[in-house]
Amino acid sequence: MTDVLDVALRLLVVLAVFLVLPLVVGQTEHKVMAHMQGRLGPMYAGGFHGWAQLVADGVKFAQKEDVVPKDADRRVFQLAPAVALLPYLIVLVAIPIGPGEGAVGQVVDAGIFFVLAVMGIGVLGSLMAGWASANKFSLLGALRTAAQLLAYELPMLLAAASVAMAAGTVSLPGILNAFEWWWLPWQIVGAIVFFVAGLAELQRPPFDMPVADSEIIFGAYTEYTGLRFALFLLAEYAGIVVLCGLTTVLFLGGWHGPLGADGLGWVWTLLKTAVLAFVVIWLRVTYPRLREDQLQKLAWTTLVPLALAQIALTGIVKVAIQ
Amino acid sequence: MNLAAAHPGFLSPSGVEIAFLLVGLVTLGAALVTVTTRQLVHAALWLVVALGGLAVEYLLLTAEFIAWVQVLIYVGSVVVLLLFGLMLTKAPIGRSPDADSGNRPVALTVALAAAAALVWVVVDAFRTTWIDLDGPAQGTTGVTGEILFKHWVLPFEALSVLLLAALVGAIVLSRKQDAAADATPRHTGGTTRPRTGPGTGPAAGPKGGAR
Repeated sequence: MTDVLDVALRLLVVLAVFLVLPLVVGQTEHKVMAHMQGRLGPMYAGGFHGWAQLVADGVKFAQKEDVVPKDADRRVFQLAPAVALLPYLIVLVAIPIGPGEGAVGQVVDAGIFFVLAVMGIGVLGSLMAGWASANKFSLLGALRTAAQLLAYELPMLLAAASVAMAAGTVSLPGILNAFEWWWLPWQIVGAIVFFVAGLAELQRPPFDMPVADSEIIFGAYTEYTGLRFALFLLAEYAGIVVLCGLTTVLFLGGWHGPLGADGLGWVWTLLKTAVLAFVVIWLRVTYPRLREDQLQKLAWTTLVPLALAQIALTGIVKVAIQ
Repeated sequence: MNLAAAHPGFLSPSGVEIAFLLVGLVTLGAALVTVTTRQLVHAALWLVVALGGLAVEYLLLTAEFIAWVQVLIYVGSVVVLLLFGLMLTKAPIGRSPDADSGNRPVALTVALAAAAALVWVVVDAFRTTWIDLDGPAQGTTGVTGEILFKHWVLPFEALSVLLLAALVGAIVLSRKQDAAADATPRHTGGTTRPRTGPGTGPAAGPKGGAR
């Protein structure tokens, strides 16, 4: 009975994190973007600095009519948001935020593979949405999404493989247990490759060619309204949380920190994740959108060779220190 | 002690065995729909269900590593590539009357023969083999890696060379086409433009097929 209770409690906590953190990131994005552009951002909803803006947005989305275009493929169109959102919830279960068994939803033996495999499924949601909408812009967006995923999945996997080699395990808590501070400079190239490839997989600016709102009107999501559109947006922010959490765990040492190693490990994890999320927002405000050919070129001619070089370096150092 | 006697037998199945059977039925159903549906993209999406069902079966057999690799490679990459190809060429919404070919009986025969051969070989090979559940489960990442790199290194490396050869071959093929296109732009331009052009080709697909 206690086992069942334990599992239920863990899943509840993961669900709560899944529902809260993306909203926090979204609100932070509102405010950070605004201040970087010399504006104030939302100020009225909820009273204090517009903290309830996203709650108000959610209520607005829920009130809107749920429209399915006449020529659309109804079932696939309606299923797509769930396919886009759920993988991130499942991934969150495997990310450890502190030392020990108590601070992870579920220890998965082949953690890296699990996380990357399930994250890849999320893109199917965009493809389904783009195809089922029966809209030129949507189809173009879906095509670009697929091309982008195919290009950036490889460097992401290679960078993750480098960490797995360094730690000698593919389990996420195992990697954190093996972590030493000098892994930071050792794996820095892999970390950058992983983070950039992850951004591209999430279609965040400057890699937002597939959803480019000023030219193909939000790509695969053109025809979506109301709650289903909100689910796609939520998937994007949940993706940011997952990507930042994963980069923290794989490359930045997760719960390791200069002090408070035992009780306060989870604070370090959350802090590092938050800093990375800030960087994601910062990049959005800073860089213009990359063109489609530039996107492909960056992946194949820069990130893949860099990731391969990182793997070679990891192998050499690993053999040298043994 | 006789291991076979200790085994509970087939008449009182455990929860895992029941789950295995049910997931197997779902996988089989999804696979059947994949090959019989007239809607091309639906076939690809049902393929996702079938491949995902297979991954769950691997999980139930404690082969966790294989399960995640199955999801990563087949669902995450192969099906996305498939969908990409479908959307790039023809992705009509609704039924495609030409989705079926006259090869149906032949395909059915081949499928049944392949399935029968596989079942026979597996049953014959593992009829008297019992999995030792003490120690680390067979199929965990550690055990799989050890077996792969201790006992099966040569086949593994041979496969790598084969894949490398395929990769180099693909590059060579695509380069040749480029050179030909440069030499006679008018000839190849007519055949390749509609596929790669950003405008009319792919975008006309769903509109044309929509009712």
